[in-house]
Amino acid sequence: MPMVHEDQDRHKGFTRRVLMLSCGKVALLSALVGRMYYLQVIEAEKYKTLAEDNRVNLRLLPPRRGKILDRFGVELAGNQQNFRVVVVKEQTPDLIATLDALSLLIKLSEHDYKRVLRDVKRKRAFVPVTVKDNLSWDQVSSIEVNSADLPGASIEVGETRFYPFGADMSHILGYVAAVSEAELTGDPLLELPDFRIGKNGVEKFYDQEMRGQAGTSEFEVNAYGRVIRELSRKEGASGREMILTIDAGLQTFVQQRLMSELSAASVVIDIENGDILAMGSVPAYDPSAFNLGLSSAQWNSLINDPLSPLTNKSISGGYAPGSTFKMAVALAALKEGIGAHTHTAFCPGFMKLGNSKFHCWKKGGHGRVNMIEALQYSCDVYFYDVARRIGVDNIAAMANRLGLGEKVGIDLPGEKPGVIPTKAWKEANIGESWQGGETLVTSIGQGFVLTTPLQLAVMTARLASGQKKVVPRLARGYREGGQAYGFARSEFEDLGIPEEHIRIIHQGMDAVSNHPRGTAYRYRIKEEGWELAGKTGTAQVRRITLAERQAGVFKNEDLPWRRRDHALFTAFAPVDKPRYACSVVVQHGGGGSTIAGPIARDILRETQRRDPARAAAISLKPRSGSDNTGDV
Amino acid sequence: MAQRAQYLGRHNPEISLGQKIWQLNWGMVLLVGIIATMGLGMLYSAANGSFDPWASRQAVRFGIGMVLMLLVALVDIRFIFRVSYLFYIVALLLLIAVEVMGSIGMGAQRWIDLKFIQLQPSELMKIAIILALARYFHGVSQEDIGRPAFLLVPLCMVLLPSALVLRQPDLGTTGMLVLASGAIFFCAGVRLWKFVIVLISGLAAIPIGWQFLHSYQQNRVLTFLDPEQDPLGTGYHIHQSKIAFGSGGIFGKGFLQGSQSHLNFLPEKQTDFIFTMLAEEFGMVGGLVLLSLYLLLMIYGVAIAVRSRNQYGRLLAIGLTFNLFLYVFINIAMIMGLVPVVGVPLPLISYGGTVMLTVMMGLGMVMSVWLHRDIKISRRGVQDDF
Repeated sequence: MPMVHEDQDRHKGFTRRVLMLSCGKVALLSALVGRMYYLQVIEAEKYKTLAEDNRVNLRLLPPRRGKILDRFGVELAGNQQNFRVVVVKEQTPDLIATLDALSLLIKLSEHDYKRVLRDVKRKRAFVPVTVKDNLSWDQVSSIEVNSADLPGASIEVGETRFYPFGADMSHILGYVAAVSEAELTGDPLLELPDFRIGKNGVEKFYDQEMRGQAGTSEFEVNAYGRVIRELSRKEGASGREMILTIDAGLQTFVQQRLMSELSAASVVIDIENGDILAMGSVPAYDPSAFNLGLSSAQWNSLINDPLSPLTNKSISGGYAPGSTFKMAVALAALKEGIGAHTHTAFCPGFMKLGNSKFHCWKKGGHGRVNMIEALQYSCDVYFYDVARRIGVDNIAAMANRLGLGEKVGIDLPGEKPGVIPTKAWKEANIGESWQGGETLVTSIGQGFVLTTPLQLAVMTARLASGQKKVVPRLARGYREGGQAYGFARSEFEDLGIPEEHIRIIHQGMDAVSNHPRGTAYRYRIKEEGWELAGKTGTAQVRRITLAERQAGVFKNEDLPWRRRDHALFTAFAPVDKPRYACSVVVQHGGGGSTIAGPIARDILRETQRRDPARAAAISLKPRSGSDNTGDV
Repeated sequence: MAQRAQYLGRHNPEISLGQKIWQLNWGMVLLVGIIATMGLGMLYSAANGSFDPWASRQAVRFGIGMVLMLLVALVDIRFIFRVSYLFYIVALLLLIAVEVMGSIGMGAQRWIDLKFIQLQPSELMKIAIILALARYFHGVSQEDIGRPAFLLVPLCMVLLPSALVLRQPDLGTTGMLVLASGAIFFCAGVRLWKFVIVLISGLAAIPIGWQFLHSYQQNRVLTFLDPEQDPLGTGYHIHQSKIAFGSGGIFGKGFLQGSQSHLNFLPEKQTDFIFTMLAEEFGMVGGLVLLSLYLLLMIYGVAIAVRSRNQYGRLLAIGLTFNLFLYVFINIAMIMGLVPVVGVPLPLISYGGTVMLTVMMGLGMVMSVWLHRDIKISRRGVQDDF
């Protein structure tokens, strides 16, 4: 039968095709097996790691930031509980209704609404979104009372940095703020959304000390990030509490006293151990503002302010020291063999060098003066004379020894080295050779010379001590686990200046303040045993032209603020048994004696009244061995 | 020749019900039972060690499916032959019905709510198309197969439901319909160069077809081509699937111990991604065991097809077997990231009623081909020549 024939042919063809098809199937199934082998054998370790990651989430518990205390334990920076109201989307049937109800209690702006709705959309339904921060106690209680009408809303407690002294301490303490992109180091702690780090001052310099150790919490989570349960929890350790050398009472006084001027700085230092007791800089800013977040308008007004409120002028401001530099010149002259009493100079009111005329500040001149008189009257011509004899490099060497022209090593960020010019310095930085006239200008602390108020205070402290190369410091130690430890310090180096030379300087500075013809006699301390020895300084910020000089020098009050002279005063007290040194710089203040003098007097009087160096501070246990052992 | 045919058929093609039950392919039934039991175990695990909500219901469906499979196996192949076209037309009408009044689920119109079961006509069509094509090619002589005109009707039979399913839109089912039909065309003896032409024109049509895809379908394809581009968006499923799969290793994490599946990292773990869960809990060994069981089932199917003495039975058995292969291959390749995510379930394992019933009905038909392997059906019609 043909049909059977045909069917047998068909059957054969069919079988052949089925064989081909089956081969294809087997090949494809082999591919599956190969893929299984790849994923489950070759790549198994990788996926096991990923799976473990999926299952367990590690959450960092931010540590409590260490406080900052003054030398007596007064809290300068602490942590305040910060109440905030949050909403959880999945807990409210109508988010807008909840926000509307909240708005009746705490007033939400249009902007708040938008931000909350945006955050809610970005985050998962069970993640709390902050509605408002820094609630007052009244607001917190009104929300708690009305919680029945606020489904999904709840109060959370966080911590924010708190500065009880506000602007009075801002330049010393600095501030904390959210971590910026550039500051990320890979430490996951820094990536926490609410984490704050020190951005300036002590907060920045001792950030690591105060930061503490983060705790960890291990959670089992599902794919949606919802926490199933906590697997383990390791509490972190709070940061160290920093104990500063500052006396909060004195600091407040200094800062308030400086506020009589537009822009000024002052440093008070204990000459025995270099402890900075006060460090004022005006104007200042409110450090809490950075914690809450500044608006860009606020930020712009801060950075564009010509009085630069963000700059700690004590360490970052460079000012020509004017006549306060003359002690350095005098010591250099003594070192080079110029006798304090034997050598004299005649001051007719000017000195001629080549074709130039270099003026003394007193038009008629001082007549014949020796070194002590020259300091007492602040005679410029005497210093022109000795400077010409000894040369600028000798002056610079002495200035360096006194702490000028290089960083003194204060434990704060942003310290400036200032400038003490030498011949080599001018060649290197300006590319011109040194001119003789520049030596004269340098000798009265003008021209290239730039110093910071801190350097002037250190210089005065070294002069007052006479023996030790005093190095300043801002932190005495730290407290950890209830025990206070002092930072180890090496002994001060020897200053290397003969005692008789120092005595000359002390005599000169004593005469400035306590001799009736001294330039600062009016601003002496009258209380017996508290007398100060000082030196005035007035630094020009403009060149006085010949025409001006002939027409009569302008009074500072007649000049615009920017062109007025800087007023300076450096002093130590008490004069017979020095303990405190102080520098005052009033930017564009006018005359040193009349403007800076009374400020320095008031500060040194208050310092001696409080006498913080002798009052009982927090007692510190010296840290035995190296600093990084024994941490528990 | 008739004698020889008689001789080759060692027994009378017409056999009694008792003989049918005796000769029934019990090995195959056992295989199906083992696979389905594994599936129930995985559903029990997917519900974190509970029979609710999936395993218990799936067990009932499996029971119904088993009865249905055995009943279908006993149905005379000539009856199936006769109702082939009818079955196809009913499935086609149902497909059109979903298009018109289908309820909406998962963003796609796929179900008809029959109260006791959510009927998916596209699943029925997977069997209907095989029945219709098998019957058509049974009636076409070898010479006629070589003529293009004779291919027009079966092509329409494939394209009509494919277009309807594509509109739903269900890329996976469309692919399966086309590929299973292609396998029948291939085994029926259509010339190879015609497949080449179809393949080339199909490739050329890709850019045009792309425009008609939904954005989520385009995303799935793009994600498949570059899974790293959006690991938390469209690529999330496949990324999580690979993590769960790979972390299982050779021996797996143990029954109920699959952390990825139980912590909800694995999406759709009770349906399309159930094999991932099996691979996580039982490792490569478990995966290979299941794959081997499927392979055995397919070998049975191919053997039955080759053994059948009528073209209809041969094409029916090979088509249904190939359909089973497509389910298994596409699903497993999909969850391992070898092909785009297209929504094809794993037969007998994945949770779902229609798939379970249609797959088991198909297997019942394969068994029917076996039981009626020696019955001959004339080219033109129903009547046996003998």
